[in-house]
Amino acid sequence: MKDGSIIKVSGPLILAKGLKGTKIYDLVYVGNAKLFGEVVEIRGSIYSIQVYEETEGTQPGELVYSTNEPFMAELGPGLIGSIFDGIQRPLPALRRESGDFMLKGSKLSPLDREKKYDFCPLVKIDDKVIPGDILGTVKESNLISHKIMVPFGINGTVVEISAVEATIDTTIVKIDSGTEVFSISMCQKWPIRQPRRVSKKMRPQEPLVTGQRVIDMFFPVVKGGTACVPGPFGSGKTVVQHQLAKWSDADIIVYIGCGERGNEMADVLLELPELKDPKSGESLMERTILIANTSNMPVAAREASISTGITIAEYYRDMGYSVAVMADSTSRWAEAMREMSGRLQEMPGDEGFPSYLGSRLAAFYERSGNVICIGSDKRKGSISIIGAVSPPGGDLSEPVTQETLRVVKVFWGLDDKLAYQRHFPAINWITSYSLYHDIVDEYAAINVSPNWKEIRRKAMELLKREADLEELIRFVGVDTLSDNDRLIMEVSRMIREDFLRQNAFDSIDTYTSLEKEHLILDLIIYYFHKANEALKSNVELGRIFQIPSRENIARSELIPEDRLFQFPDIKIEIKNEINELIS
Amino acid sequence: MFVEDINGVAYGELTEIILESGETRHGTVIEVGEGLALVQVFEGTRGISTENVKVKFLAKGVEIGVAPDIVGRIFNGSGELIDGGPPLIPKKRLNIHGHPINPYARDYPDEFIQTGISAIDGMNPLVRGQKLPIFSGSGLPHSALAAQIARQAKVFKSNDGFAVVFAAIGITFDEADYFISEFKKTGAIERAVLFINLASDPSIERLSIPRMALTVAEYLAFELDMHVLVIMSDMSNYCEALKEISAARKEVPGRRGYPGYLYTDLSTIYERAGRIKGKRGSITQIPILTMPEDDKTHPIPDLTGYITEGQIILDRGFNSAEIYPPIDVLPSLSRLKDKGIGEGKTREDHADLLNQLYYAYARGKNAKEIAVVIGESALSPEDILFVNFSDRFENEFICQGRDVNRTVEDSLNLGWKLLSELPKKELKRVRPEYIEKYYQKVIK
Repeated sequence: MKDGSIIKVSGPLILAKGLKGTKIYDLVYVGNAKLFGEVVEIRGSIYSIQVYEETEGTQPGELVYSTNEPFMAELGPGLIGSIFDGIQRPLPALRRESGDFMLKGSKLSPLDREKKYDFCPLVKIDDKVIPGDILGTVKESNLISHKIMVPFGINGTVVEISAVEATIDTTIVKIDSGTEVFSISMCQKWPIRQPRRVSKKMRPQEPLVTGQRVIDMFFPVVKGGTACVPGPFGSGKTVVQHQLAKWSDADIIVYIGCGERGNEMADVLLELPELKDPKSGESLMERTILIANTSNMPVAAREASISTGITIAEYYRDMGYSVAVMADSTSRWAEAMREMSGRLQEMPGDEGFPSYLGSRLAAFYERSGNVICIGSDKRKGSISIIGAVSPPGGDLSEPVTQETLRVVKVFWGLDDKLAYQRHFPAINWITSYSLYHDIVDEYAAINVSPNWKEIRRKAMELLKREADLEELIRFVGVDTLSDNDRLIMEVSRMIREDFLRQNAFDSIDTYTSLEKEHLILDLIIYYFHKANEALKSNVELGRIFQIPSRENIARSELIPEDRLFQFPDIKIEIKNEINELIS
Repeated sequence: MFVEDINGVAYGELTEIILESGETRHGTVIEVGEGLALVQVFEGTRGISTENVKVKFLAKGVEIGVAPDIVGRIFNGSGELIDGGPPLIPKKRLNIHGHPINPYARDYPDEFIQTGISAIDGMNPLVRGQKLPIFSGSGLPHSALAAQIARQAKVFKSNDGFAVVFAAIGITFDEADYFISEFKKTGAIERAVLFINLASDPSIERLSIPRMALTVAEYLAFELDMHVLVIMSDMSNYCEALKEISAARKEVPGRRGYPGYLYTDLSTIYERAGRIKGKRGSITQIPILTMPEDDKTHPIPDLTGYITEGQIILDRGFNSAEIYPPIDVLPSLSRLKDKGIGEGKTREDHADLLNQLYYAYARGKNAKEIAVVIGESALSPEDILFVNFSDRFENEFICQGRDVNRTVEDSLNLGWKLLSELPKKELKRVRPEYIEKYYQKVIK
């Protein structure tokens, strides 16, 4: 390993020579300011380095220092509740050190090295351990017990357990492999571009409950699954991502703000600590890790932010948690790749994106999954990935959206027409799809209600019928519709307005449990069946529409979760009122 | 321009180019290798030959000198004073590229700014620290609107200093003159800093002018505790200049010939809006851009929309119907409104009212479209009410004069007045208690 020197500077790309022995993706420090960089190409003796910080002021001839190891994420207690930039520098500490603006060349440890944690050992002297085995736990936050695992590549016998209260660098356990004694601390490192190992991948089994009605009922995602949210600007991608970060029932949330707005990250930062988890009542920050590399921060670090985030997610998955990763937005990530590729003068593919765009996207989404973790206890963990996509001009035929759709199983198509009508979440129910219905139907039939699938299909049928009828009305007017069709139109409107539409800013409406989702939709479908009965008995349509309990259906979304017993009463009201019309 | 035989030159360094004639021009290093530097010349390369030209590397980036008395001054695109006043004695010199704000240091914008324009205050409220562009087209009155906002903008309960920083990017003399005379007429010039690059000035200056303006804005906001409104017109010219220079550097183009890094580059301008925890000042941006062929999916408005927190879209149809301001409220959006409105900020019913107005207007417009195809007779009686509502909404709520300054109360009451023409049961998006309080009540 040798240090080299800079021969050319072009924005975030630096060419250097003399770095003999340095490997692709090795971390280097560039120039007098010691900027973070990563070797992305080696051609003969010329090394191309992607620099994660602003390179203004860097000169040819300055030295490049090789570290001879790839860029690693630091993993250990203290991650939860943190906010990092794309290369895992802790933003709060950075602010204390260098002020409100991001200056370059700051080197800060991602984790707090001073803080002491209470280590509760779960192994005894002479226990045999293999990689992934849990040595002990640390209470990391009120929600998360952090499991200290045997790092990859270490097999052996526990020979020493020390230090009950320790910093993350202190040796807490010693393991004798027979040939060598390893000192294990609470902190380990992992190269961000390499997926962490699992012992087996399995088919996903449970829904990831998001509390968003249109998602959970019609286009559900599962723990270990993948979803994407493409939409033009202003259609509410970020609000959907925020809602999922807030309310989905994963154990851990990793939110990657990749090349997006600074004020949005500020919003998440200020809001999450205030919000309470619907199950435990603890602050949502107690289970969240944020990666914030806003659009104006260095573009190479933006490219790294996705890998940093998913590596942290994998680490928690290995502990046996279900992790949900929100990546907002993968398009900005792809653009960062495009920018670097352009500077490397690679042959461009579609719209200037590098030809390996598809394989990089696929590799990212493949890091999701429902798995059996390494370790002898065969615990299960999962990672779900929800990626936002920002197609230019809202045109879904562009490369990033298309390549994403080839790998993800759920598509939530955002529609700006719905957004203009302030119908939020603006997920278009005709174009969106989910390939996880079987899994969720099976789960819901047991855990929520046996007729879950039936009412879901009925409601979707009505909505599709409504779309067809609307086409028809455009040509021939509303007068020509039969009473049956009018009823379908009216009930579909109820589904849209009273079920699909959900106000993220209302304290009750923002989250709906699966039970309540089912109850609301069940009411509407019940009304449809009763109304049909009434129509058959020749009751005038206008009178069916005007029964007083309609008001209660419309307001049922605002019934608090602890008062769900009100639903059967509304059902009885509907029944009585319609029966009265018939008689 | 390539420069040979160099030593110790850094990326991004500022250069002075001394021509044969003695004329001095400026440039910046955009690529540097061993003994060779690529220099971008601000004033253009006309008249430069490869002989007898000296290049001096100044060992610093592009900077601008700032001082508290910068307010009231006018600069050109090279950062030189052009108002004929005394020279500015800089307190400090700042690199115009600035540094990104640490996301953790940001404070969320939540203070309502009253612009006096109903279509904005009522429907798409602006808050301090927001970046809200105006998407316009050629021939639309975006300049009048921006000037009106600059004149009328006001924040409740605050007596902190207020300043306007205006960057004219490649606009015509007439437009620039309009702004200057508007500012002079209302006395706003006293609290404004102007940067002027006219259509005839070198296009490369257009790349640095918004950055100079924002550097001054950051100084005023975060060091002098002022609330700064930055108006940049026209950002389309900025993007064109970027495209021109990218093409000259033979870079691989992204969409429609614009460089692939257009998004990143624009974000380094727009993201300089905001507030910082523990600081009193703020930067609010109103960039103006003209959409080529009024096409919102063109890369310039498209990428802008992905960075900014909403957009105000002007509509040609409204303009020809003499509705001023011709703001098409349906596709317009303010992303930061939710925390800036409501009780204690504007009024408790604002959020509900806004949603209801949107819904009613969208429904009315929709019904109107159907009526165009199959005739008005096919509309249901309710739909006709909504059609009437949407007409009145355009003519009374959106439309207001160039000098009309409505308070937010007035705008909200006007909204209720129009909604009162609709049946009560149709107002599903408003909470019953607000219907009780405001529906069909004469509010003065």
